[in-house]
Amino acid sequence: MRETESVQEARRAMDICNACRYCEGFCAVFPAMELRREFAAADLSYLANLCHNCRGCYYACQYAPPHEFGINLPATFARVRAETYEEYAWPKPLAGLFRRNGTIVSLAAALGMALALILTAAIQDPAVLYSPQHGPGAFYRIIPWWLMVTLAGGSFLFAVLALAMGFRNFWRDTGGRPDELTRGRPLALALHDILTLRNLGGGGGGCNDTGEHFSTLRRRFHHAMFYGFLLCFAATVTATFYDHFLGRVAPYPFLSLPVLLGTVGGIGMVAGCGGLIWLKVVQDQAPVARRLLGADYALLVLLLLTAATGLLLLALRGTGAMGVLLALHLGIVLSLFLVVPYSKMVHGVYRSAALLRHALERNPKPADHPTDRSAGSTA
Amino acid sequence: MVDLSRLYDVLVVGGGNAALCAAVTARQAGCSVLVLEHAPKPLRGGNSRHTRNMRTMHKAPTSVLTEAYLEDEYWDDLLRVTGGQTDERLARLTIRATADALPFMEACGVRFQPSLTGTLNLSRTNAFFLGGGKALVNAYYATAERLGIDILYDTEVTDLVLDDGFVREAVVTSKGFPERVRAKVVVASSGGFQANLEWLKQGWGPAAENFLIRGTPYAKGRVLRNLLDQGVASVGDPTQCHAVAIDGRAPKFDGGIVTRLDCVPFSIVVNRNGERFYDEGEDVWPKRYAIWGRLVAQQPDQVGYAIIDSRAERLFMPSVFPAIKSDTIEGLAEKLGLPPAKVAATVRAFNAACRPGPFDSSRLDGLRTEGITPPKTNWARDISVPPYIGYPLRPGITFTYLGVKVDENARVLMEDGRPTANLFASGEIMAGSILGKGYLAGFGMAIGTVFGRIAGREAAKHARN
Repeated sequence: MRETESVQEARRAMDICNACRYCEGFCAVFPAMELRREFAAADLSYLANLCHNCRGCYYACQYAPPHEFGINLPATFARVRAETYEEYAWPKPLAGLFRRNGTIVSLAAALGMALALILTAAIQDPAVLYSPQHGPGAFYRIIPWWLMVTLAGGSFLFAVLALAMGFRNFWRDTGGRPDELTRGRPLALALHDILTLRNLGGGGGGCNDTGEHFSTLRRRFHHAMFYGFLLCFAATVTATFYDHFLGRVAPYPFLSLPVLLGTVGGIGMVAGCGGLIWLKVVQDQAPVARRLLGADYALLVLLLLTAATGLLLLALRGTGAMGVLLALHLGIVLSLFLVVPYSKMVHGVYRSAALLRHALERNPKPADHPTDRSAGSTA
Repeated sequence: MVDLSRLYDVLVVGGGNAALCAAVTARQAGCSVLVLEHAPKPLRGGNSRHTRNMRTMHKAPTSVLTEAYLEDEYWDDLLRVTGGQTDERLARLTIRATADALPFMEACGVRFQPSLTGTLNLSRTNAFFLGGGKALVNAYYATAERLGIDILYDTEVTDLVLDDGFVREAVVTSKGFPERVRAKVVVASSGGFQANLEWLKQGWGPAAENFLIRGTPYAKGRVLRNLLDQGVASVGDPTQCHAVAIDGRAPKFDGGIVTRLDCVPFSIVVNRNGERFYDEGEDVWPKRYAIWGRLVAQQPDQVGYAIIDSRAERLFMPSVFPAIKSDTIEGLAEKLGLPPAKVAATVRAFNAACRPGPFDSSRLDGLRTEGITPPKTNWARDISVPPYIGYPLRPGITFTYLGVKVDENARVLMEDGRPTANLFASGEIMAGSILGKGYLAGFGMAIGTVFGRIAGREAAKHARN
């Protein structure tokens, strides 16, 4: 991680936090901080990505503005995180896409939709496009199967590769070794933290989702979105399996596994994304890095559109609107796959990596024990 | 909108822990309550904002406290730090009541955590607030708002008009405008006078100009002065304050916990002239930091400089301000603004007086100097491995001892011993009754919580009659 103004500000804050430590019950960031006395840029990258932005520390902070120390960790760490996304992006020439990310993601989504609609309309016979299609292969009469598979598969594989390279860059920069990735217990601990969002718990009483008061809404919305996304992904995998190995060609009946998974997942994503967008609108803006909100909104709206058009397609697949909706939905899915490695979505990769690093720090091999000694002192 | 023309049942002066405990208790008993907080909203909560835990009696382990901590041991601890300057009846009442305070606090939304780093020695005696004192204050304010208590920030009470032991009205300045407030009963919970440098000078002379105030700048003691001037009985030494040696670069006000500097036992401390003046290794730091506040206050310019070598750097909690480093003692002295030759001579003399032996930072290791005055009686290891590191020290004032005298019902007493008719007090403004000297970690919050609840209860009882 390079030295930047945000990194320096994070270091100033951490020096103060590390002398105070009142927040250590809130989340993983503070116990991780306490293992250190000096904060290299890479340490701050790790801590910033460990931060889940629950904002508990901001409201509890005796040094928050207007105190002259002016500590605002949620905003400070959000700025550092955004810079780490750029820092670890792969391939390097595309790192700049993180600079005006809200605009980039929105444009990509708009272009994806427009392109899909225009190409479909241009290539496809209007008689087919605007008339109801029934029976096996109905979708492929609108967009050919080979094209769907090539575009979806290609963009998906590229996204996986780019995210994996980002992970590698983060892991190396924060001092990780490849062999650490295979230790079972830390992996299990990290997986537990990722899947439960334990650190969005504010130490038990909830987070400051909208302001001074505590709630668990953000955690629940995120769960709805995250697990909804996984269900949709499972639906796609199941459908692929049906198609390739069982010879059953889409569309599938409502009471089939792919459609049920997709429906439940889609509803989860719509509810989750909608809820998260609503929270961002009504939240107290003081602990927010407002410059970065665009990227958050862009990705949330894109995910919301993905799920909403999918559900709409399901509802109207027997009508003449199916053709246009299918093109629209696939255009959005394609844009999503394309922008994933260059959107807010990457937070999942670095957050997970940071949680794994934290689990490793909490469970050092005997030889790795931290050497810091903190003498006893009291408030 | 708060209507100041109405007659409130209970007026609470102040906005910290004690004030809010009183306000919530009175409101729960059915009273209309107005809270007047001098600070603006973001800085509300007085010194409670900087606290972290409450010393709590308990007979068996609880969710956050280990083992047991019984009344007699608690009392012995208090007796030791106060040297007997306490009121046994009020103290024991406070100690006993802490046992029942936790459920009240939890019901008000205060959350606790197991004590973690740096404070393990307190996990048996002190209940730690999750997120610290500001989180606690936020919880009380949220409860107060939910219960329908009226709160005015940026509102200073300048006069509680006493007429034969009866508070007629309160003269206030609310957001810059003069107002008068009437209430059947008044609870004064407006703190001590530690942020009032002019007043501190009366006890300390011009030296007080160089003191740093660790807590809120709003503790001016205006209500305390006002009551004492009207014949209310006082307790506690009028000139004394709890002073701790802290990092000399701390802000003038509100630096709080991060300004602490725990390096003294592993250092030598010199004054502006480069001379040592006290045994740095007399005891562990938690038992000596208050003495050092006083010691530094007595040095020229009220400043000291702790000097260590690189081996000692990791033996204490990190300081919030950067260590001042140099590869030579003379270079370090120059950076600290001290006479280099004199400091070098002091270090040479100290090093020559050090004797070989095992050094152990975790206990009183008995490694002492021979042949210098003052001696260093523990952790006397020579200062010889560069880089050399220095920190400036100044006295940091935590609180003052002077207060109003109260009875066991938190009712304020007049100089002639008669009780006031409708005036109660809780928190730092009356803590001198119980804590007349020294300090016991987490005891200020114990007094504030217990007497806040008593004051609220008694105020409600009186208001309804």
